[in-house]
Amino acid sequence: MRLHGAEIVDTFAEAFPMWGSRVLVTAATPAWALEAGRSMTGFATSVIGCKCEAAIERELAPDETPDGRPGVSVLLFAMDADGVGKRLVERVGQCVLTSPTAACFNGVDAEDTVDVGGQLRFFGDGYQASKVLDRQRFWRIPVMEGEFLVQERFGVVEGVAGGNIIMLGRDAASALRAAETAARAMRSVEGMIMPFPGGIARSGSKVGSRYSALPASTNDVLCPTLRGQVEHTDVPPDVESVFEIVIDGLALEPVREAMARGLAAAAEAGASHVTAGNYGGNLGPHHIHLRELMP
Amino acid sequence: MTLTLTLREEPVVPLEAEVLCPDRLAGASRDEVEALPVWHGNERTRVGEFFAVSGAGDDVRLEGDLRRVKLVGAGMTAGRLTVAGDVGTHAGAGMRGGELHVAGDAGDWAGAGMRGGTLVVRGSAGCQLGGVHPGERAGMRGGEIVVHGNAGAQAGAGLRRGLIAVAGRAGEAAGLRMLAGTIVALSGLGRRAGAGMRRGSIVTMGPATPLATFVFSCIYRPPFLRLYLRRLRALGLAVSDEQLDGRYARWCGDGLELRRGEILILEAGL
Repeated sequence: MRLHGAEIVDTFAEAFPMWGSRVLVTAATPAWALEAGRSMTGFATSVIGCKCEAAIERELAPDETPDGRPGVSVLLFAMDADGVGKRLVERVGQCVLTSPTAACFNGVDAEDTVDVGGQLRFFGDGYQASKVLDRQRFWRIPVMEGEFLVQERFGVVEGVAGGNIIMLGRDAASALRAAETAARAMRSVEGMIMPFPGGIARSGSKVGSRYSALPASTNDVLCPTLRGQVEHTDVPPDVESVFEIVIDGLALEPVREAMARGLAAAAEAGASHVTAGNYGGNLGPHHIHLRELMP
Repeated sequence: MTLTLTLREEPVVPLEAEVLCPDRLAGASRDEVEALPVWHGNERTRVGEFFAVSGAGDDVRLEGDLRRVKLVGAGMTAGRLTVAGDVGTHAGAGMRGGELHVAGDAGDWAGAGMRGGTLVVRGSAGCQLGGVHPGERAGMRGGEIVVHGNAGAQAGAGLRRGLIAVAGRAGEAAGLRMLAGTIVALSGLGRRAGAGMRRGSIVTMGPATPLATFVFSCIYRPPFLRLYLRRLRALGLAVSDEQLDGRYARWCGDGLELRRGEILILEAGL
């Protein structure tokens, strides 16, 4: 298949269930909201090494937030609902509670919830106070600046992780340009994040390693420098660089939509090939075929 | 579709009519509604003796001068009940859900012991709004009360949970011995607000002088208050941007109890 001169490989991305939550972080200014969101989503590129995957979904205008202040929405994913809860307690506690003027609210209505504010309240050392408004409990935790406000329970949903597109380029610059363009086009999709730096990973991985301690290692079949060294390579002769965009979503549809936008944008921006990563269909129940995403 | 009950003439003595709630009225036929029992003084009688019944449906509307009709909407759990004018005492007392809208004034004990739902009074409310019944430790335990006029003495007495908002002034001893919950009085508080309170918040944007047993903490912008004031805006109260963004003096008390409660007073001009 060809699109804008790029070869679209007839393959599929293999996505798998992961539990996710949306956190609304507000602050006195957009800059402080962004700062808190960035801090909370630091070191959260891959669940393998970071215990969760998280990123800022988008910035929020004051009329979109519960307290009428500017904010950001953050999506965080882990392997199970319990894991989401633990990571939220850690990250909201260490990064949002500590951030000047920030407050933190649940951003997803879901049957399943995890306790976040109810754990963080103990930081108040007995001086914390709760408020119940519209059947939702909030905790007021006194801090040196004034007060930190955090919702008690956050919704968690079974989402979809591991959506991806892989962009190949005839040189490193064109491959990166294609990936950047794709990531930009994908950011407008609500309900999904791209957890790697700038949304782009240069180091896609395969499952396992020759070293027993490592659960994942470099994706050697897509490393251009190993073309002459490995028994099998997926790097075509005219390709010198490869980037991957990984997508996690609160549902399958945002992941598909983001992949479709990214695929079209990457092809138009000069990618020589666009492909996707999978594990032979053995890992995840969601198979997103690139041919179905063609415009 | 609306079921309308129109009071033919004012009762000689108060009419106890807790059957006038959507749980009993919604979907009932005219005959069924007219046969519902009410107490007129010490005389057991029927709704049909006092009210003309027309229409049918889930929305219930009461018309006429109901100042001597007690317990309207008391204990209701769902649905919507509208009182076109004034209503007597104990309106919405013990209600657990649904919406009760009173276009005029409400008598004493409106929303007393309330557990859930929303009570809106477009006029003023009497004493013991959302209050505590004698012999009980806690009063209102959930839900929201919005009064567009003033409230009488002891609004929110014994309040355990929920929100009471008064656009005008709250009378003497608002939040008396309250256990938790929130009272907002946009135009000021009477004397002895929060006397004996253990926890909870009393907020005012008008003049107020805390009791000597309250201790000043600081002036700040309480983050939680923005949620409440935005909620009150959504419920139709005129909350200004100055009130939403304003700085509030925090007084902690009552020192004779736990001192875990607070009175927040808007600092004018800050």
